[in-house]
Amino acid sequence: MTAPLHEPTAEAAPGAAEEAAVAATDAKAVQGRSLGRIAWERLKRDKLALTGGVVVLLLIVIALLAPVITSLVGQDPDVYNQGLIDPLFSTPKGSLGGMNGDHLLGVEPVNGRDIFARILYGARISLLVGFLSAVVAVILGTVLGILAGFFGGWVDSVISRVMDGLLAFPQLLFIIALVSVMPNQMLGLTGTGVRVFVMILVIGFFGWPYIGRVVRGQTLSLREREYVEAARSLGAGQFYILFKELLPNLVAPIIVYTTMMIPTNILTEAALSFLGVGVKPPTSSWGQMLSSAIDYYDSDPMYMVIPGVAIFITVLAFNLFGDGVRDALDPKGSR
Amino acid sequence: MLAYLIRRLFAAIVMLVVIILVVFSIFFLVPKWAGVDIATSFVGKQADPHAVEAVREKLGLSDPIYSQVWHFFKGIFVGRTYAAGGDVTHCAAPCFGYSFRSEQAVWPVLTDRFPVTLGLALGAAVLWLVLGVAAGVLSALKRGSLWDRGAMVVALSGVSLPIYFTGLLSLAIFSYGLNWINGQYVSISDSFSGWLGGMILPWITLAFLYAAMYARITRATMLEILGEDYIRTARAKGLTEPVVIGKHAMRSTMTPILTMLGMDLGALIGGAILTETTFSIPGLGQAVLTAIKNQDLPIILGVTLITSLAVLIANLAVDVLYAVIDPRVRLA
Repeated sequence: MTAPLHEPTAEAAPGAAEEAAVAATDAKAVQGRSLGRIAWERLKRDKLALTGGVVVLLLIVIALLAPVITSLVGQDPDVYNQGLIDPLFSTPKGSLGGMNGDHLLGVEPVNGRDIFARILYGARISLLVGFLSAVVAVILGTVLGILAGFFGGWVDSVISRVMDGLLAFPQLLFIIALVSVMPNQMLGLTGTGVRVFVMILVIGFFGWPYIGRVVRGQTLSLREREYVEAARSLGAGQFYILFKELLPNLVAPIIVYTTMMIPTNILTEAALSFLGVGVKPPTSSWGQMLSSAIDYYDSDPMYMVIPGVAIFITVLAFNLFGDGVRDALDPKGSR
Repeated sequence: MLAYLIRRLFAAIVMLVVIILVVFSIFFLVPKWAGVDIATSFVGKQADPHAVEAVREKLGLSDPIYSQVWHFFKGIFVGRTYAAGGDVTHCAAPCFGYSFRSEQAVWPVLTDRFPVTLGLALGAAVLWLVLGVAAGVLSALKRGSLWDRGAMVVALSGVSLPIYFTGLLSLAIFSYGLNWINGQYVSISDSFSGWLGGMILPWITLAFLYAAMYARITRATMLEILGEDYIRTARAKGLTEPVVIGKHAMRSTMTPILTMLGMDLGALIGGAILTETTFSIPGLGQAVLTAIKNQDLPIILGVTLITSLAVLIANLAVDVLYAVIDPRVRLA
């Protein structure tokens, strides 16, 4: 949990001055600030959340530029360097898993592929699956949640029962089962493409009830508001009210739950690859690197530490940022 | 109260049936759609067509799916007889069928594996409940203090660390590096102290992850509740702080924690797949993972059923506890 925003601590003094300044300008310009603007100003003062946000941005850039960066350092994730492997123990020669100027993070045991390059390429899979599965969950959750909350009656009962059911399911088990029975070729995709696609769909599918529940609850309270009544009395249709009147007011909770969901999805992807049902070799992924590191945790501990730390940094950055966004958008924080 | 429980029990049973139907669909319909034949994969790669046909008939794989589901349910309660030509096998109740791979009966596999996972889950749960709730309550009471910040940094790191990483790390440090504990799993019937030694690391790593989550939730809930009017009332009428916190605030704080405990414990009993894989503990999670990789439907069905049952029982227990903690539930 990040440091609360309105804490009377020593370092809060400059923040307080800033706040006073903001308040002063506010008094001059009486026009209200938008929710987004208020949230952004709060977020700007949350150092931890900002750090998290910067790291997230960096990771995205690194993932996008993975081929460029690896060719700049002159490495390739799929090239074997058996000359760097001690033939007796099949672990890398040299200390710290073979780290040196060429191989910044060392090489893998047995076949000597460059770990730095594999970590960069692994970031692509992690972020891709993390983001897109969150998108799937948000779309499903928002549409179904808003329908359940707005229409009530049998629509609500059906959608709510389905959500309860999905939440009570042994999820990891079902995700593993679904991912493993999916065929190796579909929709013109093959190999890694199919596995990534299936993971995105399945993880997103099991994630939507979390968003759906929140959206439903918010919609239930929003639909009784006067402005909805006003829109209706002006002759607005159901779908106009749903998407033009209600949806903009649901954006804040949706953003909060999305930022909190991405790190969980990244962990799920890594877990699937760790268990051997996610991305298959030779495509690199962090979870899969950890799983092959099990056999070397005593002889080459760096091989296990590096992907583990990569997952940790990524998930921590998302969590810090997510906590900050939640605090910034939480209406309770303004009290 | 009784009506409330009966309603919950009924919902639980419906859920169980739905889960079985979904598992059946996943493993029968998806392969069909993908063009994989179960009977062929049961017999093996170079199967002769007669053997495939015999298996198909014996296991009833050519029957419509509703009849297969029906036979599966019936087998659990009254047993089941597989017959094809002269080859007859009787499977006594509770019959969960035979593994497609090892051809062992599924039920003994389940009864072998279940206690292993149960021990793992319960031991870890005790640890994380005590640690997580205590850390969360202390943080909430001393909000903004050094302790609060420190505990929350540790907790945030805890939820960001995958268990298969902390597990490997703890093995590398405590088992291989310092040689304090032997990381090998030992059956409890072979040696109690050996079992304890093998379970310490899995318990701690599992508990660390969950304690972090519980500490965060406890702190947030406690902070919210401390701002409620009834807490001010309790203080105003002169109750001592331990009574206000211990009796008034804790009671409401426990509600969301119990909800989580029910779901988490249930899911873990059904197979702590990641922990068991990391520490090579032969529990339900390992069994189901192997079965999934081998497309061994009967084992998967068996474990899923046990898992779902565990989730449902844990949730039912939580519902009962709700009624104890929260009088409003009793009236509902």
